Amino acid sequence: MGIAIRIENLRKVYATPPPVAHGGAGFSFTPGRTSKDNSGKKIELVALDSISFEIRAGEVFGLLGPNGAGKSTTIGILTTRTKPTSGRAFIGDFDIWEQQVKAKRLIGVVPQRPNLDFALTAREILTFHGAYFGQSARHRERRADQLLEKFKLTDRATHMARTFSGGMMQRLSIARAMMHDPEVLFLDEPSAGLDPQTRLLLWEIIRDYNRIGKTIVLTTHYMDEADTLCDRLAIIDHGRIISHGTPTELKAAIPGGFLLRLRFDRITKELLADLRKLPGVTEVRSPDQASVDVYADRGGPLIGPAVNMAQAAGCELRDVHIAEPSLETLFLHHTGRSLRD
Amino acid sequence: MNWKTFYALLARDGHVARRNLLPTLLQNLLQPLLFTFVFGKVMTSSGMMPAAYKNMLLPGVMAVSMVMAGVQAVAMPLITEFQFTREIEDRLLAPIEIGWLAVEKIVAGMIQAMVAGLVVIPAAWLIMGSGVKLDFSKPFEFLLVALLVALFSSAGGLALGCSVGQTQIGLMFSLVLAPMIMFGCAYYPWSALEAFPILHAAVLVNPVVYASEGLRGALVPQGPHMNTGVVVGALAAIDLGLLYLGLKKFHQKAVS
Repeated sequence: MGIAIRIENLRKVYATPPPVAHGGAGFSFTPGRTSKDNSGKKIELVALDSISFEIRAGEVFGLLGPNGAGKSTTIGILTTRTKPTSGRAFIGDFDIWEQQVKAKRLIGVVPQRPNLDFALTAREILTFHGAYFGQSARHRERRADQLLEKFKLTDRATHMARTFSGGMMQRLSIARAMMHDPEVLFLDEPSAGLDPQTRLLLWEIIRDYNRIGKTIVLTTHYMDEADTLCDRLAIIDHGRIISHGTPTELKAAIPGGFLLRLRFDRITKELLADLRKLPGVTEVRSPDQASVDVYADRGGPLIGPAVNMAQAAGCELRDVHIAEPSLETLFLHHTGRSLRD
Repeated sequence: MNWKTFYALLARDGHVARRNLLPTLLQNLLQPLLFTFVFGKVMTSSGMMPAAYKNMLLPGVMAVSMVMAGVQAVAMPLITEFQFTREIEDRLLAPIEIGWLAVEKIVAGMIQAMVAGLVVIPAAWLIMGSGVKLDFSKPFEFLLVALLVALFSSAGGLALGCSVGQTQIGLMFSLVLAPMIMFGCAYYPWSALEAFPILHAAVLVNPVVYASEGLRGALVPQGPHMNTGVVVGALAAIDLGLLYLGLKKFHQKAVS
């Protein structure tokens, strides 16, 4: 029941920009698309820097990180679409790169941008997908009908997919990925661009699919999505795994739990020293000349004393933000920047 | 190799081709058939061209139609599918080796090229009226040449489709296909270029020359045409070269 995934020292270096970013045009007369810059040195873009982790059978695993962190590259490698520069990845017992066809049978993929077959209708997209996976005509007809019903696309079944709205395309992409009943479902930024209602429907569908023992791997840069949906998470930034564990474990690892982001007109050493002495404070950091991040076991009660200290030190408090224990604070703690930066 | 998947992919391409049958046929055949009308009917009926020209023209028009059909059938969808949305991944995730997907594209293109070629013969015949004398006494030679031409056009379509971006489609037609067709001995036999010795030798790099001359040898052997052995040899070599290039480029584009 369920299939696990193992990733060993996976490294990916792009010699040219990844194909999505570079528009797919060869035959080009415009400079700047070549893999060498002006000094003749090869451009090397390290997308993944030797990452290793394991995804357990039957869990919902989340890869969390900002844009460009390496999430999509990881998904690309795990779905046979990207060749790793070094390292290996296994899906069940199969080496994903060496045994591609066997790996592809086990996985369903929902890409970041819908890559639906625009020459077909919604129903045909599902039935042909079933046919690629060797399903019998009767089986695939029945399964397509079920999925169209489930994803509320029945009344648009005979319409060409290219006429669909973004949300409908996304739903159809998920239906297609589930068509051959894969053991592992990959979803790359599944809720990007979805309205709140569709997002809830999506979460429900993911939970349902997981309940029947399937492994789910998703990437997201939404903290709440990672928090509510995932059994375990890996936080990824600049091609490295910064931290991993259950959402609760990860949140518990934040020193103090609360984060107070204070902004002053200027900061003095005395002020920083005073702030460190406040009750419940575990860590004080100053990312720049005007801000202080205070990690503590409480939030609001520290504001009054902080204001007094600032006055005593001759500094003016300009802005206060209290972040409760969340993955967002965790991310900030590890990287020094917000997920949305 | 997974035949079920291969067949399903082929069925998908067949389904899409049938849905677009009329526009596709018009796109590939209208221009050659207009050419047939002007040169094979208007010019010959008015006495500006000898009636024997009709025989010379028909195999050439067939070659052009097949080349256009094969290249378009493979290159155009590929260019779109490799674009930003990477529609191609819909099929790259099917449980089959990537190379076989490219082979499937080539087979689908060959079928479309053969259909185009076979539709052109009666159509051109009807347009030009009396005086066309085709020789079907060598069906195997005809079939062999036609298959090699179909393979050349669709393997060429694969190579082109994997090296050209959407913004360069217009350039591809005006810089690559148009000169290939005009210097492809489709509208005149290769021997007509003897008066231009440099051109006579230079056009030999153009695969369309062998396509036109080969079909001429098979369909109107009474007229001037290249030796069939040379044609088959050259087409086979070109086919292998384009197949290798196309598959290599497809792999490069399909995997990042």
